[in-house]
Amino acid sequence: MSLTHQDVARIAKLARIAVTDAEIEAVGAQLNNIFGLIAQMQAVDTDGIEPMAHPQDVSLRLRDDVVTESDRREAFQAIAPQVENGLFLVPKVIE
Amino acid sequence: MKWEVVIGLEVHVQLNTASKIFSGASTAFGAAPNTQASAVELAFPGVLPVLNRAAVDKAIRLGLALDATINQKNVFARKNYFYPDLPKGYQISQMELPIVEHGKLAIQVGDEEKVIRVTRAHLEEDAGKSLHEDFQGMTGIDLNRAGTPLLEVVSEPDMRSPDEAVAYARTLHTLVTWLGICDGNMQEGSFRVDANVSVRPLGQEAFGTRREIKNLNSFRFLQQAIEYEIQWQIDTLEDGGRVEQATVLFDPDTGETRMMRSKEDAHDYRYFPDPDLLPVRIDSAQIDAIRAEMPELPGQMKARFVAEFGVSGYDAGLLTGSRALAAYFETVARASGQGKLAANWVNGEIAARLNRDGKDIGDCPISAERLSGLVVRIADGTLSSKLAKQVFEALWDSELSADAIIERDGLKQVSDVGAIEKMVLDAIAANPKAVEEFRAGKEKAPNALAGQVLKAPTGKANPAQVQEILKQKLA
Repeated sequence: MSLTHQDVARIAKLARIAVTDAEIEAVGAQLNNIFGLIAQMQAVDTDGIEPMAHPQDVSLRLRDDVVTESDRREAFQAIAPQVENGLFLVPKVIE
Repeated sequence: MKWEVVIGLEVHVQLNTASKIFSGASTAFGAAPNTQASAVELAFPGVLPVLNRAAVDKAIRLGLALDATINQKNVFARKNYFYPDLPKGYQISQMELPIVEHGKLAIQVGDEEKVIRVTRAHLEEDAGKSLHEDFQGMTGIDLNRAGTPLLEVVSEPDMRSPDEAVAYARTLHTLVTWLGICDGNMQEGSFRVDANVSVRPLGQEAFGTRREIKNLNSFRFLQQAIEYEIQWQIDTLEDGGRVEQATVLFDPDTGETRMMRSKEDAHDYRYFPDPDLLPVRIDSAQIDAIRAEMPELPGQMKARFVAEFGVSGYDAGLLTGSRALAAYFETVARASGQGKLAANWVNGEIAARLNRDGKDIGDCPISAERLSGLVVRIADGTLSSKLAKQVFEALWDSELSADAIIERDGLKQVSDVGAIEKMVLDAIAANPKAVEEFRAGKEKAPNALAGQVLKAPTGKANPAQVQEILKQKLA
């Protein structure tokens, strides 16, 4: 498959990455290379093989339900751009 | 045209673990903003999620209660979207292999029972909270809620009315609190409902286009929002318009739903398996151990109450509204040997009083033992229903037993024929006009006279005997 400029612009928008018109050509070519690699993998016959969700065939280790974290708000907020009354402030997200 | 309503619900159940689903931060509600947001919730570089065993166990509990399939291999996936209350830029959720699938939940609407299929229930993390007011054009972010474990329970579109949708939501709410996996506090957002609503001409097989009402946090709002949405969709279609797929919000102040985003702006979440988390494997021994600890479920207990105590399905449904209420009823029914009478008092006076005082059964001033003492005295004819109400009042306001109150206040019903005859003759002598009217055939029964007898200061006469003796004396 081959990505159009529109596809590239949409992917960039979803990922919140600014891509200029001049860059779209180059980025598109790179993405198409990646898709080429994927196409090569998909050409392999995998009939009867159970799909894996992770490259390692091991199971997740679980932790006990115990509170181990203490309040470190002061340290975390010391490096935040803007805080007020313990809240992180961000540009307004609704009109 | 006749329309048929089709409703499916997605319920976000907050699991009542002590710590978060992927970190050791506390989940306690109401803490000062961001004091329970660890580096994991803040998405600091290099942090890794570690799954909480209790969240898995609680999900299995619900799966077993829904008679569902527990997927012994299940997988976490990333659901990608950008919003400031989700610092990672993705929510960890489950997509293709959720922990629970193919369940079912029986609901009761009026006299009818109906089974609603549950498509799936998957584990995921809650997001933080955005506060849009009072910050000079900025939005305030509190990440204490971020990472709280959620079980999202998705139903099939099996409900056909707002009443069925509310019954399903209530039944699920009862079940998760019964199982002890959720505190059920809707004001605090522990149980949040999204409703997918569509209409189609009656008899048509294909579904109509649905709109999703987001984040309903009370059963009343759920009912109102669905009712409004159904009417809006029918009006739109009958006016020749079309319903477009959309997400809508319910405004409790106006009682209306309004569009939040259309299909064109619908999210493209680009799910993929989370490389930070390996597949979860649940062995059969773990499932068996959880199954062995399961309490009798509300549905099973409801059926048992009907069979064992002869109460109606409707009454049994009310009585199994919570484990505490069911236990209270069962104690009264067993101690008194009067299942139906016990059900009437628990669902009647007790429920009304608790409701009036904003209490629940745990705070009931009348213990099950004391109520059974009252029920016994009604059943053996010591108390008329009028006297029983009087004793009930005294039980509510004191620590005494029903027998002690009856003794103290002299409330024993008089069933002695001689004593009642005397009261009847007194009433006849004192009310010549009523006697005349009855004899003139104005009334079928001497109700006025019977009322006089029962109202008399000594009036604890057995009402049935009063009627009988009056008729004899007036004949």
